[in-house]
Amino acid sequence: MNGLLQQDVNQETFTLNLGPQHPATHGVLRVKLVMDGEYIVEAEPVLGYIHRMHEKMGENRTWAKFLPNCGRMDYLGALSYNHGYVAAVERAAGIEVPERAEYLRVITVELNRISSHLLWFGAFVLDLGGFTPLLYAFDDREQILDLLESVTGSRLTYCYFRFGGVYNDIEDSFITGTREFIKRLRKRMPMYDALVTKNIILIKRLKDIGPISKDMARRYGATGPVARGSGINFDVRKHEPYSVYPEFDFDIPVYEEGDSMARYMVRMDEMEQSMRIVEQALDKLPEGPVMAAKPPRIIKPEKGDYYHAVEAARGSFGVRLVSDGTNQAYRLKLRSPTFSNLSLFNEAARGMLLPDALALMGSLDLVIPEIDR
Amino acid sequence: MSGYFKELISGTKSLFIGLGITGKYFFEPVVTEQYPHEVPVMKPRFRGHIELIPDEETGEPKCVVCGMCQKACPTGCITVAGEKREGVKGKVVTQYILNFTTCSLCGQCVESCKFGAIRFSKDYNKVSERKEDFIYDLIKRLKEQS
Repeated sequence: MNGLLQQDVNQETFTLNLGPQHPATHGVLRVKLVMDGEYIVEAEPVLGYIHRMHEKMGENRTWAKFLPNCGRMDYLGALSYNHGYVAAVERAAGIEVPERAEYLRVITVELNRISSHLLWFGAFVLDLGGFTPLLYAFDDREQILDLLESVTGSRLTYCYFRFGGVYNDIEDSFITGTREFIKRLRKRMPMYDALVTKNIILIKRLKDIGPISKDMARRYGATGPVARGSGINFDVRKHEPYSVYPEFDFDIPVYEEGDSMARYMVRMDEMEQSMRIVEQALDKLPEGPVMAAKPPRIIKPEKGDYYHAVEAARGSFGVRLVSDGTNQAYRLKLRSPTFSNLSLFNEAARGMLLPDALALMGSLDLVIPEIDR
Repeated sequence: MSGYFKELISGTKSLFIGLGITGKYFFEPVVTEQYPHEVPVMKPRFRGHIELIPDEETGEPKCVVCGMCQKACPTGCITVAGEKREGVKGKVVTQYILNFTTCSLCGQCVESCKFGAIRFSKDYNKVSERKEDFIYDLIKRLKEQS
């Protein structure tokens, strides 16, 4: 008792609420910080401000009716979520997908990944106090949104994939537009490099800040750029191949440092790799139908337990569905990558300065509706 | 010590390079759309709220009240009613209400329609302070358009 009292006298802490309305949390995330002056003693993320019961919704509507929900979870990488869900149901119901449809899925998902990383890039630098790069990143992202809008009909909450294929075929203007865009982004990348990556202020704010060790990333189940920034070479596209990814030649950027700069570099390199995949897919794009010849009108997967994981922009997104043989899911479990990535924040942020912790949080690339689902 | 001065010089240089880039972009043409003066052109596949398609000969809605759109809607925002009329094959639509407050623009209704009776409109700037303004009577809308 005496020791505890003494400790309290020597270490006067106070509680600080970061969020739920804070520009650096990009949504309604609340982090309860116990501070010792400028240093963080404890950082407890409080979730649930935007919980919408997506998993429960999956249980009381037919398989097809859940499709629009996918775009409402990870609103920046809606197509990856769309892909994960559709592929899981296809695996369960044994629906074959034509090759052209798989190629279109890969092209649109990779474009979506670039747009997601571009937004993260702008918002992350904005968190660190640099305003201009956001505007340049949005300029490029706008081109992708226009391209995807011409195919899917919407700009953010895409719902393009259907069980057995995709909604409709692409036009030639999309192919030429995408090639032009890739050329344009390749030209812009050196500019981002000179303006942001080599900027001394950014380097000072990120280098050796918020180290996440390999072991910590493994313990919390971190995936995606967070794990790859800590030296874990894991990418679902390479290690549990799905769709037509094995046909493309691309690298998985891995950095050993584990600091915020490493995670930043992983994402910047990933954009280039995504561009490579899109280019190869456009070159190889086969002719043919974009929808399975006879997809079942009412989907009733056989009784059982099915799982399918995809690599979303923020990490591995898994769909586990339990079917009882009816036209609705018995249980739909969605494994979102940011939930695991955020859970290591408490341990990683301990003992850090508050502004540094915000740099760490930004480098985790949080999307709150995906955490809360 | 020499590392410190090296960083000081290279760091200052990186700031000037950044300033040069922003300076260059300052003189380039504006890329943003000046919205009220310039209106965006909607893409052909743009998914607005749905509208009824008129029959080219009669101008009446093509809808035959099969109820597939109502059934396919995840949020149940479509209400369709119809009646049998003398001399007309099938049913005639008498009521087609879209509750836009709960519509998520997923387009499952358009996909489910086997008769090509509904399509996406190109309306995007819908603003009102009253909830009732978003309960659309699509038959009335069709008559107003023709």
